[in-house]
Amino acid sequence: MTRPMLELVGLNKRFGDLTVLHDIHLRVGQGELVFVIGPSGSGKSTMLRCCNRLEEPTSGSVLIDGADITACSPRALNKMRLNLGMVFQGFHLYPHMDAVGNVMLAQVKALGRSKDEARARALEMLDRVGLRHKSDAMPSALSGGQQQRVAIARALALDPKVMLFDEPTSALDPELVGSVLAVMKDLRTSGMTMLVVSHEMGFAREAADRVIFMDGGVIVEEGQPEAIFTNPQAERTRAFLSRVRG
Amino acid sequence: MDGLDRFLNTFFNGAIFARYLPDMLAGVWVTIWLAAAVIALGLTLGLLLACLRSYGNRVVNLCIIVFADLGRALPPLVLILIMYFGLPGLGVRLSGPLVLILVLGFVLAAFAEEIFWAGLTSVARGQWEAGRATGLGFTQTLIHVALPQAIRLAIPPLVNRVLAISKMTALGSVIGVSEILAVASTAQSFTGSAAPLTMGAIAYVIVFLPLVILTRILEHRYAWKV
Amino acid sequence: MEDFIRLFLNVEVMLRTWPLLKQGLWMTAQLCAVVIGLGLVGGLFLSFLAMAKSRWLRWPAFVVIDVLRAVPPLVLLIFIYSGLPFAGLDISPFAAVAVAFFLNNSAYYAEIYRAGIQSIPAGQTEAARATGLTSAQAMAYVVLPQAVRNVLPDLLSNTVEVVKLTSLASVVSLAELLYSANMARSLTYNSSPLVMAALIYLAFLWPLVRLVSRYQRKLAV
Repeated sequence: MTRPMLELVGLNKRFGDLTVLHDIHLRVGQGELVFVIGPSGSGKSTMLRCCNRLEEPTSGSVLIDGADITACSPRALNKMRLNLGMVFQGFHLYPHMDAVGNVMLAQVKALGRSKDEARARALEMLDRVGLRHKSDAMPSALSGGQQQRVAIARALALDPKVMLFDEPTSALDPELVGSVLAVMKDLRTSGMTMLVVSHEMGFAREAADRVIFMDGGVIVEEGQPEAIFTNPQAERTRAFLSRVRG
Repeated sequence: MDGLDRFLNTFFNGAIFARYLPDMLAGVWVTIWLAAAVIALGLTLGLLLACLRSYGNRVVNLCIIVFADLGRALPPLVLILIMYFGLPGLGVRLSGPLVLILVLGFVLAAFAEEIFWAGLTSVARGQWEAGRATGLGFTQTLIHVALPQAIRLAIPPLVNRVLAISKMTALGSVIGVSEILAVASTAQSFTGSAAPLTMGAIAYVIVFLPLVILTRILEHRYAWKV
Repeated sequence: MEDFIRLFLNVEVMLRTWPLLKQGLWMTAQLCAVVIGLGLVGGLFLSFLAMAKSRWLRWPAFVVIDVLRAVPPLVLLIFIYSGLPFAGLDISPFAAVAVAFFLNNSAYYAEIYRAGIQSIPAGQTEAARATGLTSAQAMAYVVLPQAVRNVLPDLLSNTVEVVKLTSLASVVSLAELLYSANMARSLTYNSSPLVMAALIYLAFLWPLVRLVSRYQRKLAV
């Protein structure tokens, strides 16, 4: 395996008595795309949110390019988070700013770039997701797929080492899913390290290096996409796959 | 017809209107700058308190909540009388306009804090997460992401409250501040006519009706968005 | 500090002037009952006018509501109390206060009712009419109960404002709570009666203000 960019070591998350994540170990190598599947409530989104401490892990650590994000001060945390781009199921674009403003904000305020520099970079990123012509549009004037691509541009503009995708297409109308997946494929080709939680099995087969199946807060099984999809070892994986295939 | 003439002469006496117009204009000016000072103090303090509250320090928040509750539960006139007639006993003598500005400013701050806070809690959690996930600190996310949205939500109820409390500058007449109502009352006792009171009421309508109409416009603007 | 306690928190003075304040409190209670009762009914009536189909009813209603919202309640009170006698109408302080604040508050209650009624989807009225209710019945049994529940925090909040408003009656020498307290202050040269009045207002209104905060819905996005 290449140098690990993202490493989860013995990660646990409990809400009161409820154990959501139990002893998760996961390494994502540089340029690797790891795809996470599993039934709802299996803890996959929580795992993703623990990576940038939107959710505080109960114990265990998360290393980003070797640096421990779980052991840093609040100020350092903001800097560390710049290394992790996150894309949410609900987009969460800022409704009071136009597309380019959304992509510029953290560049200026968290990264300290000048406004001109940030704008140039923002336009470049919007171009990359195919939305340069929408740079002045307010989020309410964009379709769901366009909003999600702006959100991807917002994360990319900060030059992250790893991109986290939390069900990026679940809130989209079916005909808009393709445009977002195309952007993700393009990212993959350019060598971005990616951890993706999603139900798009076709995309996983096509683009993932590894697929992880989670259930009940643990990693049940992992392997090559072909192996997992055609010949799952664990009974729980088989049951899940037959359910989602219908 | 005689009765109507007498009525018009009592309430709409042109000669009296003309004689007291300069005084009334001076009163209008006092009302306007008092209101402006109250609004500036109240909104600034209210916004600061709401922001402070979002940091979630238990002791600080308790103080803010008590302040906001007192400002909303106490009749302003009670506070005005205590400050104007009570404080001199301690050797602190504040002028009428200052007492009025402080009391109404604090009362507006209490209401504004609650409204801004309601706005802040209405901002979706995902907005905070998006800000924090892109490396913005808490304060940066508050200022650049949450606050602009909260203020937008707060504007319609805020304008209503600003209107209600600006009108309370009329309480200044009780402690000798020569705003519109004081001018009208004085003129009424000099002339023995009700016309100055009519004039005062008209002056208030002219000053505050634009704000009332603004509340209507905002109501429609926001109704369309939904 | 000693001076502060002697002048503002003097228990002896408070006890001595309590009978006077108690009378004032009773007067305040009567005022509140009259003004709130009339205001709730008048406001409902005014809100129906403001939502009438005919613009000849609707527009005058809006003008009345907006003028009443533009004029400070104290100005309205002084106008009625000092102005009406010039028109040959002698009016007692209590009646003047009741009329002035009834007018003022009807406008505010009307706006709240209207917001509540308009928040109920038209489908509710249609469903009621489709089952054979008259439009008055649909309003009374279907729309209004939901509307009032939706705006309960605002109704409550405005009612707190009415109670605070009654303190203005002291300006026209109606012996309600604040007038009595201020009278007691000038008799004793001590501000403790005013502080006691403030505490009495707090005792009644603080719980209501808490309740308003608790039930205040999030602002509409």
